[in-house]
Order: sequence, then C-alpha cells, then structure tokens
Amino acid sequence: MADDLIDHLAADLAPTPPRTLQRRLFGWAVLGVAVSAVLMIAWLGLRPDLMIAIGTMMFWVKFAFTAIFAALGALAALNLARPGGSMMRQAVGVVTLVALTGAAGIVQMLVMGPGEMRTLVFGGTALLCPFYIVALSVPIYAATVWAMRRAAPTNLPLAGFAAGLFAGGAATWVYAFHCTESGMPFITLWYTTGILAAAVLGAIVGRWALRWR
Amino acid sequence: MSVPSDMEAHLRPLMLKALDGDAAAYRALLEELRRHLRAYFALRLAPALAANGDDLVQETLMAIHTRRLTYDRAQPFTAWLHAIARYKLIDHFRRNKLRMTLPLEEDAAIFATDDSEATTARMDVETVLATIPGKPAELIRQTRLEGASVAEAAARLGMTETAAKVSIHRGLKSLAARFGGKADG
Repeated sequence: MADDLIDHLAADLAPTPPRTLQRRLFGWAVLGVAVSAVLMIAWLGLRPDLMIAIGTMMFWVKFAFTAIFAALGALAALNLARPGGSMMRQAVGVVTLVALTGAAGIVQMLVMGPGEMRTLVFGGTALLCPFYIVALSVPIYAATVWAMRRAAPTNLPLAGFAAGLFAGGAATWVYAFHCTESGMPFITLWYTTGILAAAVLGAIVGRWALRWR
Repeated sequence: MSVPSDMEAHLRPLMLKALDGDAAAYRALLEELRRHLRAYFALRLAPALAANGDDLVQETLMAIHTRRLTYDRAQPFTAWLHAIARYKLIDHFRRNKLRMTLPLEEDAAIFATDDSEATTARMDVETVLATIPGKPAELIRQTRLEGASVAEAAARLGMTETAAKVSIHRGLKSLAARFGGKADG
C-alpha cells in the first residue's frame, strides 16, 4: 500500500535547488505588482507632475517608506510560507518604520504651525487613499497567495496577514506614483491605514485561501 | 526509536541528498519517515480512529514530497517535518470536527531537536510505563512509541494478536485511571 506510494514519490523526484521557494514567490510577486501598476495607470493615472516630483525629497521619502513596507511584508510572507514560520522581526520593523515617520510627521506639524495641521494630516484625499491602496493590492495578494498555496504555511491567518502586508506595501508603492500628497503625517496615517487594512483582509481570506489542497 | 538528535543527524543528510535528486536516499528517507510518522499519529489518534493513521501517514508523505521546496537547508529537518505532521494532524481533527484532548504544543517532544527536553519527555514516558506490569508496558512501548504493528509486537512477545490487543487496552486504561486522562486517549 504505502510502498506503492513511496515508489511513486521516489520516481517523481526532481532536484530542488536551494532558494526555489524564494524564486517562485518572487516571480509571482513581480507579476502581481505589474498587474497592479497597469491597473493604477489605466484607472487612476500617473500624477501629472511626476517629472517635477521626482526632484523633490518627499517623493523619495514616500518611495522609500512604501518600498520598506513591501520588503518587510515580502520577508514575512517568505517566512510564513514555511511550516512553523514567524514574522516577529518584520513586525518590529513595521512598528519602527511607522514610529520614525510618525515622529517626523509630528516635527513637521510643529515646524509648520497649527494653521497647516489640517492639510498635513488630511491632505485632499485622506478618505480615498486607503480604499485605492486596498483595491490595488488585490492582484498582488492573489499572486502571492497563489504561490504560497504551493508552499507549506501552517499558521494560515498569519500567513495571509503577511501576504496582505506585502500586497498592501507594494500596492502603496505603486499608488505613490499617482498620489500627489506630500504631508508626512498624511503618509504615516493614511498609507499605513491602507496597508494594514490590506493585511487584515489578507488574514481573513488567507484562513481558507491558504488551506492545503 | 532512536533519540531525536540521532534522528536529525541521520535524516537531514538524506533529505539534503534527496533535494539534490538522489532517488535512493529519498526512498530511504521516506521509508524512515513512514515508520516515524506511523508512531507519531498512532500516539495521537484515539484507538477508535487509529485506522485513519495510515491515511494521515500517506497524506503527510505526499505533503513532504510536494512541499519539499519549503525546507530551508540551513534549518533542522526534524523541526520542519514535525511542523508538517502537526499541521496534517490538526487539519485531520478539523475536518472531522474532533476536539483535541491534548494540548498540541506539549507533544512536540517526539520530533523536538532539543536533546535534553526530548530525553526528559522520553524519561517521563518510561516512568509512566513503569507503573504498569511488564507485558502491557512492553506492548504499549512497541506499538505506540516505536511504530510496530500489534501483530509484530504480539509475535515478539509470543502471544496472540487478540491477547495483545486486550493487554494494550487494559494497560492504557489503567494508565488513564492513574494519570487522570480520558479512558479513550
């Protein structure tokens, strides 16, 4: 009975080079980000002043903030694609990142004075921003979960959370090419809200989407 | 059964060779794993569900095969193996809507890589088994810890399979009575 199975599995063995999992997750993630970028350009459009914006520091702060978020999410998703994985370090990284930009936001508000407070925190798109981020994260999440289903996550909600964190971070990186906001408090508050919403949705969906076939 | 550190030293090289495409090493690994997994599931399934053990062993072997890319070569193999076996067991409980009567965090001892902890757990089992008469204790050790079938264990001790089953059942019952567990555990 089980001998047949072992024969079958041994005959089916193909070499599995190191980093196969990383390569597979990376390939699907890139595909997801590409779809998300096409969606953003077709639906929302690049910011009209993009060529000017890339000369400003705030553009690169947004670029780095979202890229670091995405990188932390990618590492967390890689860890949790493996049995018994955890994302302790990445969680600490996220908290540190948000604390740093939050502190920078407070400094900015103090420097600019109370008259500018409202603009810095709410900009012109505060309520739309998290919604767009979650929408743009859907293709990235789907691609990531597709790859993780063939891995071996054992904590499904947490693995889904990590996939959502990566999808949210990468979607926000894409969204930053559309978004014209430049307040540090705005970025900290609304980008983070969008990313965490994507992560929480990811955890809920992951509970069943990541079940082993 | 060998102690876990030996298992790690023995199984990990086989896994590394298998990942490089060595079918003979892979076959040897799967055969070893089948024995260990039988014992692992037998210990954790109530006797009434012991028939599911073979299915679980097969499903776990298949999962090890299709998900072998998730084994990180720098990490202990037995820890990876245990995490997969444990997921399969919990999945089985969930599918069958069974309540687990044992806290699963505590049963990692079989595959644990920490030598002292595993040895302590093993000693606990030995201490517990020493409280019941020799024959049932030996039968339980062979069938529940070492992965032998009831028929094999009965033959080794020169008794019939039926007598061995009865003896195992009584042994477990008296253990349960003594240590306050459920009689069907």
